[in-house]
Amino acid sequence: MTATGAAASAGSVRYDRARESATVLGIYLASIAVALMVAALVLFATGGSWTSVLSALLDGSVRGPGRWGTTIGVGIPLLLVALGTIINSRAGLVNLGQEGQLFVGAALGTYVATHIGVGGPGVLFLIMLAGVAGGAIWAGIAAVLRYQRRMPEVLTTLLLVFVAAQAVGYGLKNKNLLLDPTPDQANRNLISERLRPDTRIPRLDWFGNDFPMTAFIALLLAILVTLVLRWTIVGFRLQMLGRGPRTAHRAGVSEARYGGLALVISGAFCGLAGAFMLTGGDFGNYRLTPNYPVNIGWEGLLVALVGRNHPLVVIPVAFVFAALRTGSGFLAATGVDRDITKVVQALLVLALLVPPAILFVRDRRRALAAAAERV
Amino acid sequence: MVGDFFVAVGDVLSSETTYSSGWRLAVALAFVAVGEWIAERAGTINISVEGSMLAGAFASAMGYDASGSVAVGLLIGAAAGLLVGAVQAHFSHNLTANQFVVGLTLNILVLGLASFLNSSLKPETATAHVFEVPGLVEIPLLGPALFGQPWPLYLLYPLIPLAWWLVYRTRWGLEVRAVGENPQAADVSSIDVNARRRQAIYVAGVTSGLGGGYLLLGQVGWFEDAIVGGQGFIAIAAVIFGGWTLRGAMLGCLLFGSANSFRLSLPAVGHPLNSELLSSLPFVLTICVMALFAHRTREPQSLARPFIRGLR
Repeated sequence: MTATGAAASAGSVRYDRARESATVLGIYLASIAVALMVAALVLFATGGSWTSVLSALLDGSVRGPGRWGTTIGVGIPLLLVALGTIINSRAGLVNLGQEGQLFVGAALGTYVATHIGVGGPGVLFLIMLAGVAGGAIWAGIAAVLRYQRRMPEVLTTLLLVFVAAQAVGYGLKNKNLLLDPTPDQANRNLISERLRPDTRIPRLDWFGNDFPMTAFIALLLAILVTLVLRWTIVGFRLQMLGRGPRTAHRAGVSEARYGGLALVISGAFCGLAGAFMLTGGDFGNYRLTPNYPVNIGWEGLLVALVGRNHPLVVIPVAFVFAALRTGSGFLAATGVDRDITKVVQALLVLALLVPPAILFVRDRRRALAAAAERV
Repeated sequence: MVGDFFVAVGDVLSSETTYSSGWRLAVALAFVAVGEWIAERAGTINISVEGSMLAGAFASAMGYDASGSVAVGLLIGAAAGLLVGAVQAHFSHNLTANQFVVGLTLNILVLGLASFLNSSLKPETATAHVFEVPGLVEIPLLGPALFGQPWPLYLLYPLIPLAWWLVYRTRWGLEVRAVGENPQAADVSSIDVNARRRQAIYVAGVTSGLGGGYLLLGQVGWFEDAIVGGQGFIAIAAVIFGGWTLRGAMLGCLLFGSANSFRLSLPAVGHPLNSELLSSLPFVLTICVMALFAHRTREPQSLARPFIRGLR
């Protein structure tokens, strides 16, 4: 091949690559646009105005005084749940039990916090540890059932969500478990005792926006997950298990050990998210309440999906999802029901599921056509 | 403590209302379980039946509000269930997106959409009138439960044998079962694997939509966000509990429905019993049954495994 020919083909490769990424970007933008259009249509059909909705969402999430601090506070557990989800997805396992793992983590944290009787940083650390243990145990049940009894982890994690809600609900009815034992406490309020001030996470105040310090821990964990997945042997083996279980098996990667590990770590992240919610102050005012996870577990799962299972990409996605949540509180003034944000979130997720599938089908078709030509 | 429990059981078992309410709750689950059973025999698990059910409930409320007829309401409910099922089917068995992810997202979407539309449209609804089957309603204890109910409940009775006939006695059913057991073999016998799976999910969508419509127009009478409240998941649990047989799935529905009505009627009878235990019973029992009898039940061999030709 001559020098000019090589240069020309290099140029055309570059051109092809540019065109390829433009197509991919175009498909993504088109499907997001369709999702937003559907959301706008729903809004339009019920007589809402999308400009006022958008401005209320922005006011509630970032523009209003002190609002972006709240949004960060809500984003922390979302980010943690998403990080856990990334680990099991990379290992080729589907965990649908985040909501339950988070709840058990928060409940165990509450138990430790209310029964230990003293406060201080050591106790705060113990609460975190209890949260991690709670989430890990709840996911561990599914892991044991998966690798001892060959039960699909998808079903067991999902079913355990409902068991968790009932188990914690039982705890919240008993004074020697979680229920606030204060005598003047009305019997119908099924809430736990309030956490002592010295077992709460210190809140930072930046420009009138305050948020718990755990935000930095969450960011560090995101970096840590990135590094572990990219540079360590454990991370490599986990992803090998996800990409090709047979190859992993032949390379001596124990499916039970690494798959189980992935599930337990995933649960631990969710449990930690629960402990952070409890001690952070943005949820339930330092008390455990029934329905405490308020869908953070499900939404964290969606954050991981939208972030395409990348531990750094999920950081801004978690913030956007948190902004939709905190912004929805300001929608009442516009007369639009706050549930519209749920619709927007779900539509966005559905829209982002389409492009990879389209690309996959297209590439297959191309590969098949190329194979047919060669014959 | 144990004695109290048996006294409570005795009190509950001797009252006719227990049977009626247990049967009503079981029927709502059975509508969903019948369709989900077919879908699972085709090798798919669609957790979007929860969303289908909720969509069916809300759409039948809208349909009833607009037309004033229960039949039209149910029809629109079934259509809404079908719509959710169609989205699930095409995303996961045409576009090859993960079926659990799609199902979960659809559940969130439908919940958001239904509560949003409900707060702005506020449909007015009522329950369907009770139809007593002459003669049969006279049977002691069970008669009023089985044959003295709002008429949409009776739609279930022909649905069960119909589903059985469809799956075991038609070519379509044979192909659905083949697709659930060994899609590669079905594919080389020129069965369109993903088309059969999609069709099975359509069926699940329709019956779940009907179940939601029945729940609204036959049982509750007005729409609320928590009207379904996880019953779709309980129906999925019932199908697994029943070891992927129609008989077993219906038994599971009956058991879980009765457990639920027990929970609701115990306070009325005046016995404190752990309601959390009864609420979590369907899920705990299903997990235990799966763990204990895993080697004895025959699950569809390619359950929850997507089929993409050439990939294994």
